[in-house]
Amino acid sequence: MSDTAKSFPLPSSLKVTPGTEEAQAAYPYYCQFQPGDDERFWFYNSMHFPEPMHHFDMITAEAAYCALGAFNTRVHVLPTTKGIDHRIINGRVFIGGVPVTDPEEVEARAAEFQQRGFYYYEHWEKLYDQWKDKMKALIAEAQDLPKPHLPDLEPIETTHSGKGVAANHALIETYRKQLNGYYQMWHHHFEFLLLGYGAYLTFFDFCKTAFPEISDQAISRMVAGMEAEIFKPDEEVKRLARRAVELGVDQHFTPEMDIDNVLADLDTVGNSGREWLGELEKSRNPWFNVNVGDGFYHYHRSWNDDLSMPFAALPGYIEKIKAGENIERPMDKLVEERDQMVADYRELLDTKEDKATYDQLIELAHRVFPYVEGHKFYCEHWYTNLFFNKIREYGALLRDHGFFEKEEDVFHLTHYELESAIVDLMLSWSSGSEPLGPSRWPAIVRQRQAAIETWAGETVPPALGVVPDVIDDPAIVMLWGITRENLDAWLSDGEADPNELKGFAACNGVVEGTARVIKSVKEIDRIQSGDILVCQVTNPTWSPLFQKISAAVSDIGGSMSHMAIVAREYDLPAVVGTGNASQKIPDGATIRVDGGKGTVTILAHPAEARELEEA
Amino acid sequence: MEAVAWFADVGIKDRPTVGGKGGSLGELTQAGITVPPGFVVTVAAFEQFLSALEAREPIRPQVEALDPQDLGAATKLSENLRARVMDEPMPAEVQEALKAAHAQLCEDGQPVAVRSSATTEDAEDASFAGLQDTFLWVLDAETMLDRVRECWASLYSVESMTYRRKQDFPEDGVAMAVVVQRMVDAKCAGVMFTRSPTSGDKSVITIEGAWGLGSSVVSGEVTPDKWVVGKITGEISSREISDKHARQVPADGGGIVEVENEADRRNAPCLTDDELLALREVGRKVERHYGKPQDIEWALDEDGQILLLQSRPETVWAMKDAESAPVKKPEGKAYNHVMSIFGGRKA
Repeated sequence: MSDTAKSFPLPSSLKVTPGTEEAQAAYPYYCQFQPGDDERFWFYNSMHFPEPMHHFDMITAEAAYCALGAFNTRVHVLPTTKGIDHRIINGRVFIGGVPVTDPEEVEARAAEFQQRGFYYYEHWEKLYDQWKDKMKALIAEAQDLPKPHLPDLEPIETTHSGKGVAANHALIETYRKQLNGYYQMWHHHFEFLLLGYGAYLTFFDFCKTAFPEISDQAISRMVAGMEAEIFKPDEEVKRLARRAVELGVDQHFTPEMDIDNVLADLDTVGNSGREWLGELEKSRNPWFNVNVGDGFYHYHRSWNDDLSMPFAALPGYIEKIKAGENIERPMDKLVEERDQMVADYRELLDTKEDKATYDQLIELAHRVFPYVEGHKFYCEHWYTNLFFNKIREYGALLRDHGFFEKEEDVFHLTHYELESAIVDLMLSWSSGSEPLGPSRWPAIVRQRQAAIETWAGETVPPALGVVPDVIDDPAIVMLWGITRENLDAWLSDGEADPNELKGFAACNGVVEGTARVIKSVKEIDRIQSGDILVCQVTNPTWSPLFQKISAAVSDIGGSMSHMAIVAREYDLPAVVGTGNASQKIPDGATIRVDGGKGTVTILAHPAEARELEEA
Repeated sequence: MEAVAWFADVGIKDRPTVGGKGGSLGELTQAGITVPPGFVVTVAAFEQFLSALEAREPIRPQVEALDPQDLGAATKLSENLRARVMDEPMPAEVQEALKAAHAQLCEDGQPVAVRSSATTEDAEDASFAGLQDTFLWVLDAETMLDRVRECWASLYSVESMTYRRKQDFPEDGVAMAVVVQRMVDAKCAGVMFTRSPTSGDKSVITIEGAWGLGSSVVSGEVTPDKWVVGKITGEISSREISDKHARQVPADGGGIVEVENEADRRNAPCLTDDELLALREVGRKVERHYGKPQDIEWALDEDGQILLLQSRPETVWAMKDAESAPVKKPEGKAYNHVMSIFGGRKA
């Protein structure tokens, strides 16, 4: 490929990997690449979907894009952009924006936007309070949905109360309600998001012009809220550590503990043990409804589903408390530092006008940021956990009726297919004959499982199709950080040093150490003190681990991501959004993380690292 | 006026008598910033010396009559006048005052630096900066006196005289002060700008440094290490560690000499992160004191103590600032600003 004619492959040139054709065809028709798609620009959404998609999990993409586009295109009416189209091939989600380029249309939409978007800014606090009520109501609705269950015979109450509806109907009713709720949650998610990012980005752009060399991190630090929901889970773990010491049950928590045994023991050691268990329950609902990923995949399980993450942090916190160390977040100090920073930058501005603009922009950013930081807890964590766990209940029910081997297999079906399996089960329960699913789904599940394994090993082009001259779509710039400069970097990827990875500088500092590549929470006990954590996503739910590691590297995330904000609070050097660090860095390699520059360098591969140690 | 003024007793307002450099070192001393201790040989000392010289044979009219285009005449006059400055005995009371001050400054015979300190604003102009002299590692009082005399003589260099003629400065306003300051045996030294020299950004501090005395950095003989540090955040956003082949160190008989750096030292950063952050603190303090970005020369002694050798206002970007428009004008409502994000790029 010559330098002058660099371009990304056309969608039509991508071939479905042999042997996975049927799995590919099973994704909905509306997300398959079409011939006309060659005319457009697409990029791989590795930020939200870094792994091949289980067929069920595609609901996250479609629900999110239904909502994002609706708000951009038709609710707030963003002047220069409409929604996002999505396509899937070989398990990877590609997305393309729909920009508005006709100046007259932009102008007409701008007039609409000022009626609509501006209303939100004007009434932000009131609408956000209302938003929280809506979200909590939606969550409560999902929590109230019954567990799907088919009795052998209908309970006698059905007859005596004249209910007139049998148990099989509840299967589809609950399923559809749960699906409705999920789609609705994503609408709520995007109700404020773009407006919030837009206000933040306005401040960001001002800072970059006034202070050309200011780091993204510095701007994020000036805007960051201190009491965001996302800090709560870790604070709850600290609270539990403190309570354990106060109640005198701290000796139960050791690095080698078996969590089930600890819980059982505490239940039998008397009041103090049971009191601590009560405290645990308080923390779990709602604050342990955080998942260890970003909530976009069914296997991003929550702390409530698997207590190993919060429990892994307990011994360390307990030790610090007993040593008299203060582990609380110094809220007053953090707020004071942030305000001082805002004031210090302001002082550097030359003119009264710039100071006045700066005041307007930082105030607006501070007004909108609680939503930007807070929504994820309600949407991507709490609701998403409820949702996937409800689907799991269907998985268990279908497994019990022989549809598949394992509960988790349910996620290999699209949501349409799952509905058909539910109807199949409803029919067989009603007719008294055997369902047909057990002879249909196991083979399909095996086939899709194999396809995902195949796709997982494939290299994915970062983008497809025609490279645009400029990226002027605020949604794409804001949500994905994609600019023309990124694209050029992607195009020249082959010329870069294979041992150097670039990402977003999340927290300053240079650290060398052993890379611990962690693919799932089950592996967290492999992390030794001083290791550098390398993983796909690090969100604040991993923060209990931050006391143990010396630096963090992740595949996805931006400099304003929660991970970045928390890393800065812990003063933990971090590089996020490297794209593929967890694939490129071998476990045990010696690496250097430069959190100021946003680079990660592989210094020695595992074998060499061992030799160096022995030498 | 006395022939000698100690740093602690002068400030920037005393420029007409102690020169820009002397006033600045005094100002820094008074502001509580560590500078190597020293004194200024004031304009009064120079004038006393010059009137003796003038009495013997007038100098000023000769310079005023000079045609700045006539290089041959300027060269001849320069040779003549400089020789006279070097040969003229120093007035006894000036000489005694300087010797006494030197003895007080260097109780244990410490070496000093002798640096000219110009009295006019224009002398800070970049075009003039290089015309003044600095003598490092001056070992004794006698040599110090000679060096002071050399600084005075530099006023009659070809460049200096023709510059004054081109600018049409009256010759009776020409005067010079000289700074005499204890030398720092610097582990490393360099310069610091309290804004970015490349973008003008006031939120960063650029620090350059190399091993040994700062003269190697100022003269450009060694490519220094370079860092960019957040003025407010302390983030070290850029590190360029260069191959520093040599350093300047004191020579045995006075003055300085260049020596090769050992292999492992050449590519090692000359400052630690803690030292960078300490420099940043000093830079901020000086900038706050003056109320504008500064161009600073610093040195780190063997104990790791930071000393400032010079601080002057940054001029290049300051001129651009005066002409530049505000980044963005305030709006009636804060949220009107978001149209710059959502409204599309205006072509």
